[in-house]
Amino acid sequence: MIPVIVVLVYLAIIALIGYVAYQRSKNNTEDFFLAGRSIGPIVFFLSIFATNMTAFAILGSSGMAYKRGIGVFGLMASSSAFIIPLTIFFIGTRLWSLGKRFGHMTQVSFFRDRWECTSIGTVIFALSAIMLLPYMIVSIMGGGTVLEDISRGAGGAALIPFWLGCAIVALVVTINVFFGGMRGIVWVNVFQTILFLLFGVVAVMVISQNLHGGYGALFAKMATTRSGALLARDRIPTLEFWSYTLIPLSSIMFPHMAIMCLSARKMSAFKNTVIAYPIAIMAVWLPCVFLGVVGAAVIPGLANSDGILLKLLTQYSPLWLAGLLGAGIISAVMGSDCHQVLALSTMFTKDVFGYYGGNEKYGEKGNVVFARAFVLLATVIAYIVALNTPLSIFELAVRFAFSGFAAMSPIMIAALFWKRSTKWGALASTLWVGFCLAATWWLQSTSDSIAPKPPSAPPAAGASAGAGRQGGAPRAAQAGAPRPGTAPGTPGSPTSAGAQNGTSSERPGTPAVRPGGRAGVPGAGPASGAPQVVRIFPGLGDMFLRSTATVTIYGFLPVVPMVLGSALWMILISLMTSPPSKSTIDKYFPDGSGATTVEPDPIAE
Amino acid sequence: MKWLLTLLVIVLYVLHQDFWNWSDRSLVFGFLPVGLAYHAVFCIAAACMMALLVRFAWPAELERTAPDTVDATSEAAH
Repeated sequence: MIPVIVVLVYLAIIALIGYVAYQRSKNNTEDFFLAGRSIGPIVFFLSIFATNMTAFAILGSSGMAYKRGIGVFGLMASSSAFIIPLTIFFIGTRLWSLGKRFGHMTQVSFFRDRWECTSIGTVIFALSAIMLLPYMIVSIMGGGTVLEDISRGAGGAALIPFWLGCAIVALVVTINVFFGGMRGIVWVNVFQTILFLLFGVVAVMVISQNLHGGYGALFAKMATTRSGALLARDRIPTLEFWSYTLIPLSSIMFPHMAIMCLSARKMSAFKNTVIAYPIAIMAVWLPCVFLGVVGAAVIPGLANSDGILLKLLTQYSPLWLAGLLGAGIISAVMGSDCHQVLALSTMFTKDVFGYYGGNEKYGEKGNVVFARAFVLLATVIAYIVALNTPLSIFELAVRFAFSGFAAMSPIMIAALFWKRSTKWGALASTLWVGFCLAATWWLQSTSDSIAPKPPSAPPAAGASAGAGRQGGAPRAAQAGAPRPGTAPGTPGSPTSAGAQNGTSSERPGTPAVRPGGRAGVPGAGPASGAPQVVRIFPGLGDMFLRSTATVTIYGFLPVVPMVLGSALWMILISLMTSPPSKSTIDKYFPDGSGATTVEPDPIAE
Repeated sequence: MKWLLTLLVIVLYVLHQDFWNWSDRSLVFGFLPVGLAYHAVFCIAAACMMALLVRFAWPAELERTAPDTVDATSEAAH
């Protein structure tokens, strides 16, 4: 009951902040969507970090570490800590500057102006919206799942059932975004980010107090067993590890991240953000991955590993910490969900409603009314869909969305840095991304029946080491594991293309299944937990391989050919078509150097 | 300086792949797996790299060209 009370109080505070922000708001779109481009440096950092964090960073990371070991940190966290600040530094600052100069509020409005296009901008908008929608729905489902799990009683019945949990989260998100807009969201983000930055460190310290023998003794014992593979990276293929460094490119292409970059008051706000970002990622992910591996040793055999953190806290920490965990997870869910809802509203209002006549017909106030109505409608629809559609469909869609947005990054890079780039190049890249997403989805569906089994639960390695708080608060310990993949995440927390790629799973009688393949760790056999893969089309050799959860191409994640292909199409088609007019190029590249051709585009769009 | 910073980014990217730690199960400070400790230090190195980029490659010209207020005409068009 205590965790539920903590979380409900937290949700009430968030709704209240949204209302206070509403009282300070002005009735125009720039204020509603971008907080009047007035966000200061500290709030900007805390908010942009919250934008990128979801519950996956807490629950999913520990759950994946439970199955795949400490390599999950390098796979997802440190790659994001390296790439995301670079994208903010090189792309975010330029988006901010162009937004200030020309009033852009979305990526699509920039593309339309930069490449003098209408319909192609709409195509980019459509693909972005399609990829963002499932993310928003998954976030609501994740929030509902967490509320259900932390409210379970000793008998296993939940005080807050899934439907009610989703409704509460959707309602609070709606209140916060509907009334507060961007200002309400960023105020809440300050509160949220501090909460989940502190959570991991506190959890590690409290659990260590109650763990008999401490972490050192536990790991020393674990290293001598088969599950010692979790202390190294044996369960992550080398090519997957490398492929994964491309996934964080998606971060800046997610509409809510790009829009967030436009909201800073001054460009200096980016300075501290890019420096502190890697440290913040470390602060959230390191304890969670660490505890995931600890969990594999002390609570082996979980079918749903995403519940490991809840179980650890239930057994080894006081009730208030479980409440703090619940609030921390809900923070992560809502921090990103609010931004996603607002981003969709911004895109529909500015790129569709306003662009196709709404501006002239209804003016600024009409746009704000439309935006608020859209927020209401979007969350109601998302809630209904969340209750009636299997989570797995959206999880898969979100996984693909990370690859898709990463593959759209060449479009943004070309728009910002390459004068010779054209709208036709952008269209070719966008169509390539759409085609790859459809093909990957088809390959995934086709190969589901032959995919290697999900990883077996790790064997006990020091299960007796934990004394813990036996019998304390059996609620979550007995039945509290969240549904698989609760609210997967961002590049800071990607659910990612390679997530749960599979650890060791013997499958006698299936000759095509083999450890590692090209993607495997040299010398690592099943005993060390090397991932297993199967050829989807045996006649094509290792071209299309299937692991437990994902498809690979010659061992690489789909994001690799998607990004490379997108860049290639952009270059080839741009060189074959005419660039925008000289005035447009001069507008975006005022130094005047480098424009090679300045004739008007002869191809009518 | 530009080339040094570019080199630094490339070096860090290569260091991220730390294949030499792949199967190393040893512990640092008696409780932290070496692969985890390495990437924690890598995050700190990434923060230092960003500090150097901010110090020596900050695109200040972008700030100078951005007006204090948004051009209302442009905004209406988007």
